[in-house]
Amino acid sequence: MVSNLLILYEAPALGLQLAIDGLLIGAVFALAAYGMALVWGVTNIINVAQGEFVMLGGLLAVYAAEQGAPVLLAVPLAALCLYVLGWILYYTIIVHLVGRDMFNSVLATFGIAIVLQQLMAHVFGGADRIAASTLGSWFLFDGLVAIDKMKVLVFAACIILGVTLSVFLLRSRQGQAIRAVAQKPEAASVLGIDTKRVYGLTYAVNAAICGAAGALAATAYTIHPYGGLSYTIRSFMIVVVAGLGNLGGVIWAALSLGVAESFAGFIFGAQYQIAFVFALLVAVLVFRNWRLKRQRRYLA
Amino acid sequence: MSALRGLLAGIFCVVLVGSAEIALCSDDIIVLGAAVSLTGKYALNGANTKNGYDLAVRQINDKGGVKIGDTAYKFEINYYDDESTPARGTELVERLIQQDGVKFILGPYGSGLTKAILPIIERHKVPMVEANGAARELFTKGYRYIFAVLSTSDQYLTPAIDLAAEHAYKLGKTPGELRVAMVMENDPFAQDVRAGVLADTQRHGMNCVIDDQLPPELNDMSMTLTKVKALKPDLLVVSGHEKGALTAVNQIEALRVDVPVIALTHCDSAQLANKLPKASQHVFCAHQWHRSMKHKGELFGSAEDFAQLFKKTYGYEAPYQAAQSAAAVYVFADAFTRAQSLDPEKVRDAISATDLPTFYGPIKFDETGKNVAKPMVLTQIIDGEYVVVAPDKWATKDPVIPRPPH
Repeated sequence: MVSNLLILYEAPALGLQLAIDGLLIGAVFALAAYGMALVWGVTNIINVAQGEFVMLGGLLAVYAAEQGAPVLLAVPLAALCLYVLGWILYYTIIVHLVGRDMFNSVLATFGIAIVLQQLMAHVFGGADRIAASTLGSWFLFDGLVAIDKMKVLVFAACIILGVTLSVFLLRSRQGQAIRAVAQKPEAASVLGIDTKRVYGLTYAVNAAICGAAGALAATAYTIHPYGGLSYTIRSFMIVVVAGLGNLGGVIWAALSLGVAESFAGFIFGAQYQIAFVFALLVAVLVFRNWRLKRQRRYLA
Repeated sequence: MSALRGLLAGIFCVVLVGSAEIALCSDDIIVLGAAVSLTGKYALNGANTKNGYDLAVRQINDKGGVKIGDTAYKFEINYYDDESTPARGTELVERLIQQDGVKFILGPYGSGLTKAILPIIERHKVPMVEANGAARELFTKGYRYIFAVLSTSDQYLTPAIDLAAEHAYKLGKTPGELRVAMVMENDPFAQDVRAGVLADTQRHGMNCVIDDQLPPELNDMSMTLTKVKALKPDLLVVSGHEKGALTAVNQIEALRVDVPVIALTHCDSAQLANKLPKASQHVFCAHQWHRSMKHKGELFGSAEDFAQLFKKTYGYEAPYQAAQSAAAVYVFADAFTRAQSLDPEKVRDAISATDLPTFYGPIKFDETGKNVAKPMVLTQIIDGEYVVVAPDKWATKDPVIPRPPH
């Protein structure tokens, strides 16, 4: 560990490489987490199938790339397919879960995750795949730092998507309806908002976001029908760290997580990467609890 | 209501009786049991394993089956899906032996899954011929009923290390001055490959500068590759099944990691030469078998014959996982013929006395069940083709060292 720190001290440019790699993967996590926060905040459902939506988006993008379509065209395509799937899943399964015990929703979405995994494996096969990019990289510091052009595009796409979503939520009628339902479903319903449709829209939008995230991730990381769990866990973790309802915080937490993972993998070794990140989660929660306790004591 | 109940009870009984599969050595059929990974993390190689098993069974049955006394027996395989999970694998093998009455088992894919079912086959004294569990620890515990046709995992990258040592002068160094970086997945197989690499590097006096173990669910090794760029080792070895091979090749290309010798496992099952010819150029790959080798056997003919038959039947190039699976079934057929009996103990003894030339290579088991007659082979990907470069006996070309930047 110390020797790895020394490497960073001697070649700070590598720190830049790690930070950039971390930001780039963090952007993909940010999208998945944003979707999960949205669904959780509005419908109070924890979507355990989040990672599977991401994988499905990725597999659709890989399939499109194998047919010769440009990869960035596959992103809106994957988002559209997942949007439709989201509506189908909502009207068949999720609509019965809203407003009920959270355990039911976790169980049902876990079931959806398993079914999706098996269907994906059946349709696409069990191989790891990647929609490798042919754009090349920028090289800085005499080749020491390599910035994959595709990953930069992915980062930009994630930012654009994030901003579009925020604008959609803040400015459009649908977005307003979603926010209203999130605040107080009964009041929203009294005011004439069809809450069932809003829940459906939220779930479908979440699926679309995950599809886009998966399609973007497929350009740089391997995709596998059974590889969704790590995305689900990270989304969940980011939402917990950021706090429900804090959508801006979700982006910030996700990018920080990406960078933290990157540095942890370098300094501690790949085997401790995930352990470190979860230790960080525990530390953040403990610290937050301590701060809140002080606040509570002050108020009490 | 009681009519409905009666109907449900009737359906239940029919399902129960229908699913009870009994006495598997009747009607001139020998049933072999196999729990393979049809779903889950190892689904790809589970399918390769199953295809290998099925092709061999077809070939044996087409040639008249196995003759014991005056009867010709055909083979049949009873498959279950172990979902790439050891716990499920153990349940299913128990079920195969206890409920389905299977007396001969074909191995699953992967050392982890094979290790899990060893105690069960040993307890029930059911001989198992396996083709896809290469970890040495399978053979160090004194189990008598396991027989493996493949070379053990510690030998996978030995030809690569030896080759690097042999060509160290091209890098201006002695073998002992070479610096090695290892990236291994954290599972029994890759950890065993790692043990083999450590032993080989110690033998040459090389220095290990990076020793990273990837969690199985991780698909990003850019942190480790950044370290590789910083430390500039002479040899990089990666073992992480197909995901490891694919991720390594992609990220090495993207980060422009420049290492003179790069050696991977599982290149052909990841279809690297096919899908990423440019990125995988001049990468060394460890193979249990290659179609260009001059092995020959009675069942399939030569290695090339097998490769062509497989391609014709399944539509893709046979990875070695499929070849060794077919060889495992061949071992059973040969053992039944020599034992002239269906008694598991006699068959077990016949298997342990196997001395069989096959398209996959010679098969001869030592007292622990390992195949000690078959060599590992090293290829280099050159212009989208796997070219055998080591050992010398089977090399068709000289290796390209160091890896030219591109």
